[in-house]
Amino acid sequence: MHAYTGKILYVDLSTGASRVERFDETLAKEFIGGTGFGVKMLIDTLPPGIDAFDPRNPLIYAAGATTGSMLPCMASKFGVFAKSPATGLLGESYSTGQWGAELRMAGYDYLVITGKAKKPVYLWIDDNAVQLKSASHLWGKTTWEAEQMIRDELGDQNVRVSGIGQGGENLSRLACLINDHFRAAGRTGLGAVMGSKNLKAVALRGTQDVTIADPEGFMELCKELYERAKGPATAKYRTLGTPANMLTMDAQCCLPTRNYQGASFENVHKVSGEVLNEKYVTRIQGCSACPCRCEHIAKAKEGIHKGAVSRVEYEPLMAFGPYCGVDDMNAIIKALQYCNEFGVDAIGTGIVVGFAMECYEKGLIAIEDTGGLELRFGNADAMVEMVRKIAMREDVGDLMTEGVMRAAREIARGSDHFAMHIKGLELTGYDIRGLKTCALGYAVSRRGGDHQRHGSYSHDLSGKVDRYKAERGRGKLVMDDEDMYAVVDSLIICKFTRTIWRGYDEIAKAYSLVTGVPMTGEELRQAGERINNLARLFNIREGMTRKDDNLPPRVMKDPIPTGVAQGSVTTQEDLDIMLDGYYEARGWTNAGVPMPEKLAELNLSSYAALIGEEV
Amino acid sequence: MHQFVSVDIKKCVGCRVCEYACSMEKTKTCNPSKSRIRVVRIYPHTNAALNCRMCENAPCVTACPRKALSQAADTGVIGVNDQLCNGCGWCVKVCDFGAIALDPKPTVRICDLCGEREGGPACVEWCPEVALSLTTGDALSQKARIASVEKLVEAVGEGQ
Repeated sequence: MHAYTGKILYVDLSTGASRVERFDETLAKEFIGGTGFGVKMLIDTLPPGIDAFDPRNPLIYAAGATTGSMLPCMASKFGVFAKSPATGLLGESYSTGQWGAELRMAGYDYLVITGKAKKPVYLWIDDNAVQLKSASHLWGKTTWEAEQMIRDELGDQNVRVSGIGQGGENLSRLACLINDHFRAAGRTGLGAVMGSKNLKAVALRGTQDVTIADPEGFMELCKELYERAKGPATAKYRTLGTPANMLTMDAQCCLPTRNYQGASFENVHKVSGEVLNEKYVTRIQGCSACPCRCEHIAKAKEGIHKGAVSRVEYEPLMAFGPYCGVDDMNAIIKALQYCNEFGVDAIGTGIVVGFAMECYEKGLIAIEDTGGLELRFGNADAMVEMVRKIAMREDVGDLMTEGVMRAAREIARGSDHFAMHIKGLELTGYDIRGLKTCALGYAVSRRGGDHQRHGSYSHDLSGKVDRYKAERGRGKLVMDDEDMYAVVDSLIICKFTRTIWRGYDEIAKAYSLVTGVPMTGEELRQAGERINNLARLFNIREGMTRKDDNLPPRVMKDPIPTGVAQGSVTTQEDLDIMLDGYYEARGWTNAGVPMPEKLAELNLSSYAALIGEEV
Repeated sequence: MHQFVSVDIKKCVGCRVCEYACSMEKTKTCNPSKSRIRVVRIYPHTNAALNCRMCENAPCVTACPRKALSQAADTGVIGVNDQLCNGCGWCVKVCDFGAIALDPKPTVRICDLCGEREGGPACVEWCPEVALSLTTGDALSQKARIASVEKLVEAVGEGQ
C-alpha cells in the first residue's frame, strides 16, 4: 500500500504506554480511511454502554486515505471519533489545516487514545518518538496560548497542535478540538472527551515520506484537478466563501432566526457575506495542498470588540447573527474568536445562546441566572459574554454548556418545544420546515442535527424536487447522498470541492493512483454504504431506536411565519412517510434496523449479533 | 544577475502546494520536509514561501567548513556535494532567508531552480495563486518603481 502507513498508534494515558499495530489492505479497501476507520475502530474497541467520560472511551484520530498527498483538497483533512458526550452515540467531527497531513508524515494513519492521565499532559509525537509531557502549566490556557507555548517549549514552530481550551477542560458538551489556530473538529463535544482524559493537546511533527503508487499518473491527474478546483465549481468558496449563503438562505426562507422563531432576518444585509468581505475580511488563506483556499479571516473594525479576529463561515455567522437576532458583525467576530480560543463549537454554542435568549424572554431564566446580562435577542454584547460564561461554566452558562437538550430537561416548563436539537446535537443553519428532503437527512444523520452527512438541501434548493412535499422517494435520495458523503469523509475530500469530481469511477481511479490498492467506483460506493450501516449498528448498540430519528417539536408544529416558505412545517406524518421510504431503500426494518441480508451483502455479518432480537 | 524564485506575499495563501510540488519533483514522494521551498505562516494570516535567493558571494558557501557547497558562476545555484556534507548546519545559520533545509538529515537541501526541467521550477508552475515567479533583483526593483509611480499618479494626477 502507498500513502497509507499501515500503522495504528495506541496510547494509554493511564499507564503511559504506547504501542504500534499494523493493519492490512483489507481494512483499507473496505473502510478507506477517515470516517470508515473511525467508525470501525469505535465499534470494535468501545465497551458497549459506557459513559462518554469513561476513561475507556477511545479518542480516535484518523487521517483520510489520501491525506498528506498533494491531491487537491484531499490532502489536509482528518476525522476525530469517540462516543459523543452530547448524543451518547457516534461522535465524529472533521478538521483540516495542516495537522492531518502531519499525522501521516509522523508515520501513522490512526491514533487511538484511551485511559486518563493522573495530571494534565499533552501527547508529543515526533515521528517515531512518542512522549507524554506535563501540561500543568497549559491547563487553563486558551487553545491559541497553548499552541504557541507548546511550539516554543519544543523549539519547533512547525509543530502542529490539536487541542482543547477551557471548554474541553470544563467538560462542556459543546467543547471542540482546535488545530492550526482557526480549524476545528467542532461538533459532538469531542473536546470534552479529551478534557476528561486530562489531555490538553496532541502535538505532532512528521518528516516521513507519503509515497505515491503511480507518481506520473498521479501528477497528471493532479494537474487536471488543480485546474478544475480553480474553476467555476468552487468560485463561491474562493470569493465570498460560505457566508454567501446568508442572502440566499434568507431569500429562500431557510435562515434560522431567533431560535427558529423565523426563517428570515430583517437585518440580514448587515451580516451578509457581501458586507463581511467588503468591510471585515482581511485575508483569505488555504489549507495544506489546496488550490481553492477558502479560509476567510475577518477582523472586528470598531467598537469594544475592535481587533477581534476569527475565521468566518456561514454556519457560525448564522448562529451568532440571525439565530441570536444580532446584526453587529464586530460582536459576531468576537464571539467566534472566543469559540476558537476557549474551544467550543461555534455552531452549537450559537444555537445554545439563541435558546437561552428565548428562555430569558419567556421568563424561564432570570437576570439573576445570567449574572446580570439582559439576554434578549439582538443584545450583541450579552451574546459575546454568554459565550465566555458557557465555556467557563459561569452562572447559567454552567447549565447551557450541557447543550440545549439537557438544559431544556432541567429548565422544563415547555422549553423542550424550542430546544433545537436532534439526538442531542444542536441544529445547523438550514430551516428544515420548508426543506423536506433535508429534514429527512437531518432526522437520520448518524451524528444528530446536521447537514454534513448528506447535503440533501441541494435537492430542495435546486428545485429538482418539491421542497414542501414529503414523499417516500426522498429516502433513496438521502441514502445516496449519505453513501457518497461517507466516501467523501473517508478519503477525505473537502466538501467544498466535491463538485469538481465526476462520480465514483473517477474518485476510485484517483484512490488507486495514490494508494496502489485496486478500487472500482462500485466498490467505493459500497464502502460508503458499509460505513453507514456499521455506524447505524453502533448507534443501535448504544441505545438508539426509530424514535430518535426525529425532529424538534418546533420544526413539526410552529409554521414559518413569513416569506416564501410561510406556513411550512415538517410534521410527524411527513417525517414518517420519508422515514419509511428511507429504511426501505436502506434494506432496514421499519424500526430502522439493518437486516441480516444487508449485513451479509456488505460483509458485515460478524456484527449481526448486534441486531439479534430487533429483527 | 542571478534568477531566483520570488514570492508575492500579497498573493501567497500558505497552501504549501509549492512544497508538495518540489518534493514530488525531487523525491517522487509527498514530503514538504524535503522541499527546497518552505512556507511560513505567522498567525493570524501572514503567509510567504521562501527559498534560495542565489546571493552573490553566497555566505553559505563561505561558511561551509567541509567545502560541500559551491556556487555556479553563471546561475548562482548552490550545489551540494552529498559526499562532503555532514549536516553540521553552519550554512543554515548564516542564511538570512532560512532557505536551507536540514530536516530531516543527513544533508542540506537548497533550491536549484529545478535545473533543466522543462517549464522551469516546479513550484512556480504549480502555485495556484501565481504568487511565485522566476525573477531577478533588478526585475523586482523595476516592478517596485513602476508600482510606486502608479501610486503617485493616482494620488496627485498625471501632469502634476
